[in-house]
Amino acid sequence: MTELLIKNGFVFDPINKINGEKMDIAIKDGKIVAAVNEKTAEIIDASGLTVMPGAVDIHTHIAGGEVNTGRILRPEDHVKDVERKTAITRSGVGYSIPSTFTTGYRYSKMGYTTVMNPSMAPLEAKHTHEELNDIPMVDKATYPLLGDWWFVLEYLSKDKIEECARHIAWMLSTTKGYAIKIVNPGGLESWGFGGNVHSIDDQVPNFCITPREIVRGLAKVNKLLNLPHSIHLHTNNLGLPGNYSTTLDTMKALEDIYTGDKPVCHITHLQFSSFAGDGWGNMKSAADEISKYINNHNHMTFDMGQVIFSETTTMTADGPFEFTLYQLSGHKWVNADVETETSGGIIPMHYKRTSAVNAIQWSIGLELALLITDPWKIFMTTDHPNGGPFFAYPKIMAWLTSRKARMAMLKKCHKKAQKRSLLPSIDRELSLYELAIVTRAGQAKALGLPNKGHLGVGADGDVAIYNINPETLDISKKFRTARRAFGNAAYTIKDGEILVKDGEIVKTASGRTMWLDVNTAEPCVVDEDMKRRFREYWTVEYDNYPVFDHCVKVPEKITVKASV
Amino acid sequence: MFVLTSLKKFDIPVQAACINPDVFEGKTLKQIAELPITEGSLQLTLCDLFKIEETPDGTSNITLNGDISKVKRIGQGMTKGEITINGDVGMHTGEKMVGGKITINGNAGGWTGSQLRGGTIEIHGDGGDYLASPYRGSETGMRGGLILVDGSIGTDSACYMHGGVIKVKGNAGRFLGYHMSKGTIYIEKNCEYRLAPCMTGGKIVISGVLDEVMPTFTVDGVKGKVKIDAEQTAQGPFYVFLGDLAEHGTGKLFVSKPSNPQLGPIYDKYL
Repeated sequence: MTELLIKNGFVFDPINKINGEKMDIAIKDGKIVAAVNEKTAEIIDASGLTVMPGAVDIHTHIAGGEVNTGRILRPEDHVKDVERKTAITRSGVGYSIPSTFTTGYRYSKMGYTTVMNPSMAPLEAKHTHEELNDIPMVDKATYPLLGDWWFVLEYLSKDKIEECARHIAWMLSTTKGYAIKIVNPGGLESWGFGGNVHSIDDQVPNFCITPREIVRGLAKVNKLLNLPHSIHLHTNNLGLPGNYSTTLDTMKALEDIYTGDKPVCHITHLQFSSFAGDGWGNMKSAADEISKYINNHNHMTFDMGQVIFSETTTMTADGPFEFTLYQLSGHKWVNADVETETSGGIIPMHYKRTSAVNAIQWSIGLELALLITDPWKIFMTTDHPNGGPFFAYPKIMAWLTSRKARMAMLKKCHKKAQKRSLLPSIDRELSLYELAIVTRAGQAKALGLPNKGHLGVGADGDVAIYNINPETLDISKKFRTARRAFGNAAYTIKDGEILVKDGEIVKTASGRTMWLDVNTAEPCVVDEDMKRRFREYWTVEYDNYPVFDHCVKVPEKITVKASV
Repeated sequence: MFVLTSLKKFDIPVQAACINPDVFEGKTLKQIAELPITEGSLQLTLCDLFKIEETPDGTSNITLNGDISKVKRIGQGMTKGEITINGDVGMHTGEKMVGGKITINGNAGGWTGSQLRGGTIEIHGDGGDYLASPYRGSETGMRGGLILVDGSIGTDSACYMHGGVIKVKGNAGRFLGYHMSKGTIYIEKNCEYRLAPCMTGGKIVISGVLDEVMPTFTVDGVKGKVKIDAEQTAQGPFYVFLGDLAEHGTGKLFVSKPSNPQLGPIYDKYL
């Protein structure tokens, strides 16, 4: 393979504590190395440019059952954003639910090299992997939804943590998943009976278990299995005014599981879980309360779930929440109860500056990201496409790094939101170093990906180079220039190959799909009773249920040794 | 003024959004001749498919002659000026039009006046399916303007209508005014079943036969005449229906009483 030398760039590599130093990065055989032969290597002159590790997205709905149903539901979303075929790239359609190839291309143009699909009904695992196979340019992985999985609920209600752990180890390799995803724990099972849970101590029908027990149980299971990522949690009461108390309760419930090494839980799209007030009329931000708690505790990580003012499509396994959105908006919608596993809902959404609620949501996301002082705790996402399409990330980068940029947007927002926003009182502006943490280093660390998110020797040769000269360009003042630069990477290098140059794709590559093979001391018990249940309660037989090896085009098996 | 005459009979669709007074304005004949147009997958220029002549009256109005029944998107997004089409025309004529006037001396294709914002479209033949309806899946329908049809219109017309007036001298197909929330539709002759499902506002006047009214509409009374717009009033008497109740709608249907004796036994007892 070729050798590549990136010369004289301003390097931002927070994991290795490199803050804007002018240095060279060498890549050989797809990996970062200490040095290469300058005479034979291909040289990229990065003088005056910012060099960062390839960006990582911890939470973005890009593939699977609900994404594809969203595509079917919204032809009008595609017609306004059409990508033509080029000599290198395939055609596609875009906007809030881009087609698979377009998703890969657009991520790559922004310097992303690793993205995580956060919600996969186990029944849809094969479909999800087929779509992931078709997303080029980036490495990816997917998290199966296990928070309302019947076997899990049964094991946990009987307090059989070790059996549950073995079962989940089996499920992760069966679905070729990467982490345990929990959505509205207990609520989805209740939704099968038309109900929901409204606090973490509500009973789940038929299972004698509460959301608190599910989350705590799975956090313990995660620890027993030594999984690289923590549990990935979408909280109860998401998207409802006053839900911040539920979020605080959830965080408190996990305090004692933390042993000081790795975070025990990742709460995703925190913005949607940080509403105060007791109705939509007086809904306000609880970013202050939430960030105070987070600044004093280290047992969790978070991502923003920032709202972008645009038309988008919300899609989540949280069926009851989507039903609430339908009642509010009256738009066309899809809602499903995925057999014994989970639920799902999709509804188009238009976030408007002129809507007080939407503008407050926009403000909450930024308040959280700025008030939480440690950038290693909160990462940048839009919960694509729920808060907005992922290709709006450069906008968020501008808001985070420039007070001027966010105040300019706040001035255009609804008056009520302006009055209630904490943003005018926040002067913090993220530096490029901090931005590198919230967009790659922190996310890679939280995901437990040792070869991603940094440029140390041995890391994957994933590099993003932006046309920003930190010596001459003040990104807090010239935020429009910075936004353009982040949206059109000068170079995106994946596994040592130049894929994007000056915002244009010059080469395509298939990314790898990472999945966990968790080795437990004793195997999971797959008995006749379990097979019988598959026969009776699932539409797919046990024998046909697993995602077979040939279903994943470019697999990257990550072996984990469990302590159970 | 410009006169465009098609050079041949088209077998495959031609995408001609460039045939638009806004685009033609301020351009020389040569520049107009080089405007991009596609025939199937072929990228061509306007003069490859049309003979273009200019009559010196200083306007950028356009007249189209010849076979243009497969020419789509004429006048898309136009804001001013006039287009006169002599003959049948293809789909999406006057899509997202904001102002000006299009006269079609023939039949129109589907989606004519789709997502209309303003201006006038006069169709002297039939109106086709999906008249003034938005793109599939879209909830942004006609918001303003006027559509006049001498002939009949097809199915799924005026979906998601939210303003403006449509007047039809002939018949209308099924699902007229689906999800309509504002505006006025006047059908002088008959209308097929499944009128205005999910309607939440606006009014539809049917002077001819309507076999059945959807069960989610309730009869509210009888009215002698209904105002269509500033110039026209429809003479009744009309049954007045309110709905669609399944959507908590307050839309109004005015259905001619003399033309629909079959409705009497069902609804008269509630009046």
